[in-house]
Amino acid sequence: MLLLILSVTLLTPPDWVGPWVVVVALGVYHGLNPGMGWLFALSLGLQQRSEKAIWLSLFPIALGHAVSLALVAFMVVVGLYFVSLNLLELFTAAILLAFAVYRLFNYYRHPRWVGMKVGMRDLFLWSFLMASAHGAGLMVAPVLVNVAGVHSPNHHSMVNLYLPAGVSVLLAVGIHTVSMLVAMGMVAWVVYRKLGLVVLRQRWINFDLIWAIALFVVGGIALVAAVI
Amino acid sequence: MVLWKPDPSFYPSPKMAMKAPPERFGYVVALNYGKGNRPDVVCVVDLDPQSPTYSQVINTLELPYVGDELHHFGWNACSSALCPYAPHPHLERRYLIVPGIRSSRIYVIDTKPDPIRPRIVKVIEPQEVMSKSGYSRPHTVHCGPDAIYISALGSADGDGPGGIFLLDHFSFEVIGPWEIYRGSQELAYDFWWHLAEDVMVTSEWAKPSQFENGLVPQDLLANKYGHQIHFWDLRKRRIIQTIDIGAENQMLLELRPAHEPTRVYGFAGVVVSTKDLSSSIWLWYRENNKWQIKKVITIPPVPASESDLPPILKPFGAVPPLVTDINLSLDDRFLYVSCWGTGQLHQYDVSNPFEPKLVGKVEIGGIVSRKGHPKGGESLSGGPQMVEISRDGRRVYFTNSLYSTWDDQFYPDGLEGWMVKAIAEPGGGLKLDPDFFVYFGQTRPHQVRLEGGDASADSFCYPSYPS
Repeated sequence: MLLLILSVTLLTPPDWVGPWVVVVALGVYHGLNPGMGWLFALSLGLQQRSEKAIWLSLFPIALGHAVSLALVAFMVVVGLYFVSLNLLELFTAAILLAFAVYRLFNYYRHPRWVGMKVGMRDLFLWSFLMASAHGAGLMVAPVLVNVAGVHSPNHHSMVNLYLPAGVSVLLAVGIHTVSMLVAMGMVAWVVYRKLGLVVLRQRWINFDLIWAIALFVVGGIALVAAVI
Repeated sequence: MVLWKPDPSFYPSPKMAMKAPPERFGYVVALNYGKGNRPDVVCVVDLDPQSPTYSQVINTLELPYVGDELHHFGWNACSSALCPYAPHPHLERRYLIVPGIRSSRIYVIDTKPDPIRPRIVKVIEPQEVMSKSGYSRPHTVHCGPDAIYISALGSADGDGPGGIFLLDHFSFEVIGPWEIYRGSQELAYDFWWHLAEDVMVTSEWAKPSQFENGLVPQDLLANKYGHQIHFWDLRKRRIIQTIDIGAENQMLLELRPAHEPTRVYGFAGVVVSTKDLSSSIWLWYRENNKWQIKKVITIPPVPASESDLPPILKPFGAVPPLVTDINLSLDDRFLYVSCWGTGQLHQYDVSNPFEPKLVGKVEIGGIVSRKGHPKGGESLSGGPQMVEISRDGRRVYFTNSLYSTWDDQFYPDGLEGWMVKAIAEPGGGLKLDPDFFVYFGQTRPHQVRLEGGDASADSFCYPSYPS
C-alpha cells in the first residue's frame, strides 16, 4: 500500500504535495518496522511494567533516526552545490540500488550492539546505528533530493519556492520523524494495551526482507524519475 | 530458507512457551566409549505416547569420527531471536550444534526437512575451533540473540583458562573468543544469562587434565576443583564479580537462571562437599547491586558398607548424592535435581527460591541401591543424570551417563545406558512413566533435547506480563 502511494506520487508529475506525502509515508513505514524501535520501547515498558517507559524510550529512538537521516539530508544539500539536480538524482538512485543489492544478500544481518539495559543515550545511539546500517536515510534520499531541488527550473514546489534547500530538507526529515514516531507509538501502544505479545508470533512478517525489497523499489523509481 | 513469519517454536515469554504443543520426539547424544572404535551417535527417540514406536530409538545418526565424546549440545536459534535489540525472528530452529568435548570438534546437524532423519551439514574441525576461538573442549551451547555462544573447558594449548566463544548463527563460522576482560577467572564449565539484565553467569568444573582421564581423588581432597561462580557484563564482555562459595564445595556445575526476565536469581548445583560428602544447591540473587549466593538445599550422603562401594568410595563408607545436573521448569516453579550417586531425582517447589520444598522424588539406579524400573527390569546401573523438562512442565526425561571415565570410576561393573521419563503433577509430585524405558545397552546416553525446545534451550527477553 505504502509502496503504491510511493510509486503513484513519484511517477505522477510532481506537484508540491507529492514529495511530502512520500516523506510521511516513508516515516510511517519506518515506524512500523519492529527493528527500528517500537519493539525495543515495548519490551522496556513490559520489563518495567510502565507504559510511560514506552513513551520515554520512543523519543531518543526517533531522535537517533532523525540524526541519521539529517546526515543524508546534509549530503544532499552539499551535493546540490557541486552537481546538477539531475546528476544528483542519478547518483542517489545508483547508490541506493547498490546498497539495495548489498542488503538483499545480507537482509538478515543487524549491527551487534547494546543489550537490554539501556538508557536514553544508548537508545539514541542504537537507533542511529540501526537507521544508518539499514539505509533508512538512503531510502528517503531521492525524495530529499526532490525537496531540495528548489533552484531547479523544472521543479515547482510551493513549499520550496519560499524556503532555502537546507531548511526544506530539514523540514522533510522532521516530518518524516514525526510520522515515524506516531506510527511507532501507535503500534507499541496497541500491542501493549490490546494485542499482547502473541502478535510477535503471529504477525511479525519478515520486515528485513521487505526492507531490502523496498530499497530496490525506491531506488528503481528514483532511477526512472531521474532518467525521464 | 526464507521464512515470512517467525519460527513457530519461538515464544516471546516463558509463559507463552509453556503453551507449546507436546514434543513428539527428542534428540539424545550417546557415547560408544570403549566399544571398539565405534563413533558416538545422535539418537532420535519417539516421545509420542500415541505412537506405536513410543519409547524407542527410531533413528540413529552415526558420526564420521571416533572418540568425540558427545556431551552437551544445543540449537542454532531459539526464542532469544525475538529479543528487541537484535531481532532475528526469521531464523529457524533447525540445526543442532553438537560439540565433542574430548575432540573439540563441532558438528552442525540439520533436523529438516525430516526431523526423524537429521543429517550432518557441517563439521568444524578441532584445529579450526582452537585456532579461531583460542579454546578447546567445547561444552554448553546457548542460542543468543546475536550469535551462538559456546563454553569451553580448556585453552587451545591445554590447561590454560577456559571460557566462552561465539559462532555466527548464519554461517556457523567461529567468530572468536567472547571475553574482553576475564580478571582472574580460569576454570570454566556451564554458563547462562539474565538477558534482560545484560548479565552472564559462568561456573567452574576443572582443568581438562583433572577430568579427561577420570576424577583425580587427590585433587578433589585438596579442594582443587572449581568452587567459584562468575558474573559478567554481557554487553561489555567483562567480568564484574566472582564469588567463592568455599573451597570444600567442589565442582560448581549447572546454572539455571530464572526464565522470567523480571526475576533476577538462579540456581547452581554443587557436586560434592569434601567436608561431609553432601551435595548442595545454591541460589544466586542480586541485592544492593551486588551478587549474593546462598546455599538453599543440602542433600546428605547415604551410608553404605565398604563391600558395596566402588574403590573410589571405599574409604568414605557412604554414597555421595553427586548432584550432576539440575533443571528449572519454565514457570520457575519446580527445580529438578539429579542425584547420580544415590539414584534419585528430586523435585523441589521453588516458588519461594529461598526456601525450596521437596515435593517429589523418583528412585532409579544408584551406586549401591540399583533400583529398577517397571519396564527396564531390576538392578539398573547409573543414576539420574542429564535431566530435561518439557515446556509445559509435565514431562521430565533423564538419562544415566555422566562422563566416560567417571562412569567407570563410580560404576566399575559397567554402566548400561537408559533413558526414562517421569510424569510431573501440576501441583507437585513425580512418578516414573511405567511405559517409557529406552535401553541403550553399552551405548551411554547423555544430554536430551526436545523437539521445538525445552526448559534449558530457550531464553526470553519479554516478561509474561501482561499476557
